[in-house]
Amino acid sequence: MAGPQDFVIQAHGIRSQFGETVVHDGLDLDVKRGEVMGLVGGSGTGKSVLVNTIVGLRHPQAGTVRVLGRDPYDPDPVRRRDLQKRWGVLFQDGALFSGLSVSENIQVPLRENTKLPQSLIEQIARAKIAMVGLQPDACNKLPSELSGGMRKRAGLARALAMDPEILFLDEPTAGLDPIGASSFDDLIESLRKSLNLTVLMVTHDLDSLNTICDRIAVLLNKKVTVGTMDQLMAMDDPWLRAYFHGPRMRAAQHAEQGA
Amino acid sequence: MASVAKPTLQWADGRRRLVAGGVWDLSTARLLNARLPKVAAPEGGEPVAMDLSGVDRLDTAGAWLLERVRRRFAAGGRDVSFVRVPDAFAELVEDMQKVDIDRMPPPLRPRPVVSLVNNTGKVTFDLIHESLLLLNFLGLVLITLGKVVANPRRLRVASTVYHMEATGIRAMLIVGLLSFLIGVVLAYQGAQQLAEFGAQIFVVDLLGVSILRELGVLLTAIMVAGRSGSAFTAQIGTMKVNQEVDALETLGLDPIEVLVIPRVVALMITMPLLVFFADIVGLVGGAMVASAALGIDYGAFLNRLQDAVTLNTFFSGLVKAPVFAFVIGMVGCFQGLRVTGSAESVGRQTTQSVVQSIMMVLVLDAGFSVLFAEIGF
Repeated sequence: MAGPQDFVIQAHGIRSQFGETVVHDGLDLDVKRGEVMGLVGGSGTGKSVLVNTIVGLRHPQAGTVRVLGRDPYDPDPVRRRDLQKRWGVLFQDGALFSGLSVSENIQVPLRENTKLPQSLIEQIARAKIAMVGLQPDACNKLPSELSGGMRKRAGLARALAMDPEILFLDEPTAGLDPIGASSFDDLIESLRKSLNLTVLMVTHDLDSLNTICDRIAVLLNKKVTVGTMDQLMAMDDPWLRAYFHGPRMRAAQHAEQGA
Repeated sequence: MASVAKPTLQWADGRRRLVAGGVWDLSTARLLNARLPKVAAPEGGEPVAMDLSGVDRLDTAGAWLLERVRRRFAAGGRDVSFVRVPDAFAELVEDMQKVDIDRMPPPLRPRPVVSLVNNTGKVTFDLIHESLLLLNFLGLVLITLGKVVANPRRLRVASTVYHMEATGIRAMLIVGLLSFLIGVVLAYQGAQQLAEFGAQIFVVDLLGVSILRELGVLLTAIMVAGRSGSAFTAQIGTMKVNQEVDALETLGLDPIEVLVIPRVVALMITMPLLVFFADIVGLVGGAMVASAALGIDYGAFLNRLQDAVTLNTFFSGLVKAPVFAFVIGMVGCFQGLRVTGSAESVGRQTTQSVVQSIMMVLVLDAGFSVLFAEIGF
């Protein structure tokens, strides 16, 4: 059985509130080492808020967060930074630094956190560019010269720059064409194997949920319900039924079985 | 994390097998990067097998370093392959073999002389290009303004009034302060010089003519350019980044009519009022110094002022205000619409907007001076 050490992300009793609006109330979420967890929920249920809370960007009104056994809100900046080096975050639109080229964007974490020589940093950045499937000529381009899908890949390359233990992805496949989306899934899968990566991804891509997510966390009634796809499909909640038994889901599963 | 084994790389089987072990990741990459180039390939062209069975930890940096060794050995046409790769790393190692960084363009390195020449040319051409674009934009604004004048219902009243408040009423404090202090400074400095000739009373002439003709309008224009011109650029620029301007176009709305005209019109209405306000406050500042420090009381000040300045003096300053307002508003909006893509671009165009509009105001002001001198206004 998984002991407490095997949970890389532990969020307990989280309460998030915007003015009068309560988004999460007494929410618990545990993510095991090496698993890919999908995070789904309707609009406004606070998926991105939850991710932001876990990575230390938004202090919850109540509750505790532990990532790799440490507190992302640790008042000591050195300890906080040690933790930040061990995760990578991909924001919805890539959030690339607009004044730097793609290659320079990927080099930022390497330059700040390692003492590697510039030539090696350059090569590692290029290797990441190739790994996430960007065209070779993209490396000197500025983010504003890239398409949305390319920005996303560049953002992933930056999130992976430090070969992190945990990867947070906010809608990684939204806005990608189906070929790009499935190669993105393959990429996550292969990185997970080789780097023993733990992934928490906000996604609405039913194919991703089907193929790479081990478990799925659903934001329902200000809490999360966690389960495998089959467990969730068997539940009797109206939203879950609508979500997992809709026509798109059937199509996705059909494709899965056919493959 | 420091407790795990160091990376190792050793020859076995009479230099036919290269055995890697330990930790190959970012934490050991620096060491490996320095040592690996010393690992030489054996003489002759015999195949080499790189045995990864002892590797405990591998990340992309480590995999890349291994791949670099493989490529160096393989460069002479030798057959080099990875063998006994642990399952967990197989895909990563395979991915690395596909990485082709030579096809990527080289990183941009600064070359001072070339880039100096390059930039000189670029700036020159950009300047010409931008001047033409600005001229084009001037035409667009004038045509649209003409349409609005012909059909006043096309003026966005709510937006215009909003910008009048933002650029007019909210600017009064800072414009007033600036003008007041300039009046104070002028009165003091002027009085000191004029006292040598026993002509202290002429400080009123000095204040009246310089503030009404030049300083009131010029300082207000500079303040408005820095305050409101830059705001126009940033507002429209951010809308451009968010594709709001594109959205307007696709909805059949003319961005010039919706965004530019209300701002320009608002500025053309508020700036003469601001200039008038600045004139009065500047004179009040001067009069206060005159009465407190120079012994010219308010009555004497007013009497002298009426002799010193005519209505022409006042109007020759005020008439410039709408022209400057038009230029500042137009340049601010023009630079806002020139924003492309990124946050950095918003910053760049905002700087451009302020520099350009102040420069144009100064040039126009010089032109006005020559013109007024010639026609005796």
